[in-house]
Amino acid sequence: MREMIVSELTQAVQELARGFARFLPRLIVLVIIAFAGWVIAYLLKVLSRSILRLIKFDRLSENAGASQLLAKAALPRSSELVSRFVFWVAWLGFILLGISVLGIFGLQEQIVRFFLFLPRLFAALLIMFLGLLASSFFSRATLLAAVNSNLPSPRMLSISVRAIIIVFVLSMVFEELGIAEETVLVAFGIGFGAVMLGLAIAFGTGGKELAQRFLESRLVRNNEDGKNEDELSPL
Amino acid sequence: MLEVSTQEGIAAPRSDGKTVGEDFLTDDFVRQLINVGEIDILVGLHTHNNVKTIGPVVAAIQSGILQWFPRDRAAIIDADAGSSDGTPELVAGASIDDIRPQDFNRLALRTLHSISTQYGNSVARGTALRTILAAGELLGAKAIVVVSPDSTNIKADWLRDFLRPISTDDFDLVLPTYARPRFEGLLITNLLYPMTRALYGLRIREPYAPEFAFSNRLGSRFLAQNQWNDDDARAGCEVRLTLAAIVGGLRIGQCFLGAKNHVERNAADLVPALRQTIGVLFWSMESSFPVWSSRSGSQSIPTTGSEQQFTVDLQRVNRKRLLEMFRSGVKELESLFQSILSPTTLAELQGIAELEEGDFHYSAELWVKTVYEFAAAHHKEVISRDHIIQALAPLFRGRALAFLLENRNASASEVEMRVEGLCLDFERLKPYLLEMWTGKQ
Repeated sequence: MREMIVSELTQAVQELARGFARFLPRLIVLVIIAFAGWVIAYLLKVLSRSILRLIKFDRLSENAGASQLLAKAALPRSSELVSRFVFWVAWLGFILLGISVLGIFGLQEQIVRFFLFLPRLFAALLIMFLGLLASSFFSRATLLAAVNSNLPSPRMLSISVRAIIIVFVLSMVFEELGIAEETVLVAFGIGFGAVMLGLAIAFGTGGKELAQRFLESRLVRNNEDGKNEDELSPL
Repeated sequence: MLEVSTQEGIAAPRSDGKTVGEDFLTDDFVRQLINVGEIDILVGLHTHNNVKTIGPVVAAIQSGILQWFPRDRAAIIDADAGSSDGTPELVAGASIDDIRPQDFNRLALRTLHSISTQYGNSVARGTALRTILAAGELLGAKAIVVVSPDSTNIKADWLRDFLRPISTDDFDLVLPTYARPRFEGLLITNLLYPMTRALYGLRIREPYAPEFAFSNRLGSRFLAQNQWNDDDARAGCEVRLTLAAIVGGLRIGQCFLGAKNHVERNAADLVPALRQTIGVLFWSMESSFPVWSSRSGSQSIPTTGSEQQFTVDLQRVNRKRLLEMFRSGVKELESLFQSILSPTTLAELQGIAELEEGDFHYSAELWVKTVYEFAAAHHKEVISRDHIIQALAPLFRGRALAFLLENRNASASEVEMRVEGLCLDFERLKPYLLEMWTGKQ
């Protein structure tokens, strides 16, 4: 009986040792890939940081309003954040590549899905960034136009423009990421339609006089020379 | 009368046989120009539905040529923006014979050609000027004068005043000076003139003028230098031409034309006006940094007649609206100003935005600092450059109000003295501009 136990144990230990012996080279390969990946990811981080600084990404990000958000959240500058993101994505990719070498059942598919998801993630981030940039630009343009035309509530107009663009961009981002595509699309359609309808009704009723003044100033300029006699000519 | 309609001496061919800028002219227009032949003087008009005023303007031009340049070969070129009221036909159909009944003693020795061409369907002063420049180069014109089709007070003598300095004294650019109501053209008197003067050291009273004359040397250089992209086509070509002459070290003169009768009365035009003048000036500062950064002080330029006259006319000005728009601008655009202005300047502006009309005072020094900080922000592109120019509009309204209040009871000479004081402040604070321009913050 005792001999049998010893024999089984010996066999188990031997199999374990054999399994470990088979596994060890793969583990070493994983470590090597992870290390090489770390080096490459670090180089990518340095490279991306240099490129971002060269193209003045921080200024773009400031214009987009992203820098202010980051500062409020006590996060580093945009170029630093993006380069760190590049580092982690690259390194994680290499680690997953190394893990796939281990041949663990079930992980392969997840790893493949991760790699397939990466381009969509980058596209979504790009859309988000460009959307923030566009929202910042157009909201500022609206603010300036409203102030210089002496329209009431210029800041509200500017915020509305920013909000509409951001909602539009977020719906595009979710669609790109494949998160609740249909729900987001329907929600966006309803929300956007409601906002537009609300604005149209508000402009048509509450802003009747404003609309009249605006249209008159645009279309009837030539016929009202006398009306502006108390204005200064800049040139 | 000697009819001259030869094809002699078509000017300055390039290696490919074409002159600079000829490519974009229509075949029909080029054919008409070839029929004109070489000329000495070109009078350029840029029209768009000006049928009410163009008749007297063309008559005055014809009279001026007949009176002062009877021996010179001349042509009137009208670059039209698609008028629908018969303006181009009126210009093209104008004959020098029309004015003879009033000028029996003078006979034209040459044919005065009048040609109209349509450059587009909407007004683009840059494209109009480009058409005139290209025509001038093609015809080998020695001097070109551009006249506003709205200048109903034009006199025959204007042509003499504009063209004599070019033809006899070798000037390259002759700009006008006017007698202005003291509160008109505040963008010129409170910003464009003093800043151009401080930057380049030349006292050019009207860097942005509706009428001006220039030599073929400046015309050719300007035609070749400019990219003539969409931005150029839109506006600001007048200031660009002036700056090209300044930076190129060419000879510039001024002539006094009397009262400026054509004024844009719509205050909503302030932002386009800022783009056409200050926007162009700020842009030019990029490429001409070596020129303006090395100059200090200023000197006057040769001028025929008065340098500038202010008239003390009674004008209704809506001061309340100016104050409201200044206050609203300072309040609503605070986040933008934080990117453009220094904290001290912004704090001072916020302080004066709190003042009532009776106490309102936007000092010359603060105005100069504001403008210089805007120029530096434009250079560093802290936000979109066009937004920087637009953001200046409410602050300019504040400065305009302050100028108005300061000079409410001032005589013409006192107004002139205050403008001179502002110019000196611009010159004195130029090191501040250089500091802001080259500083990292």
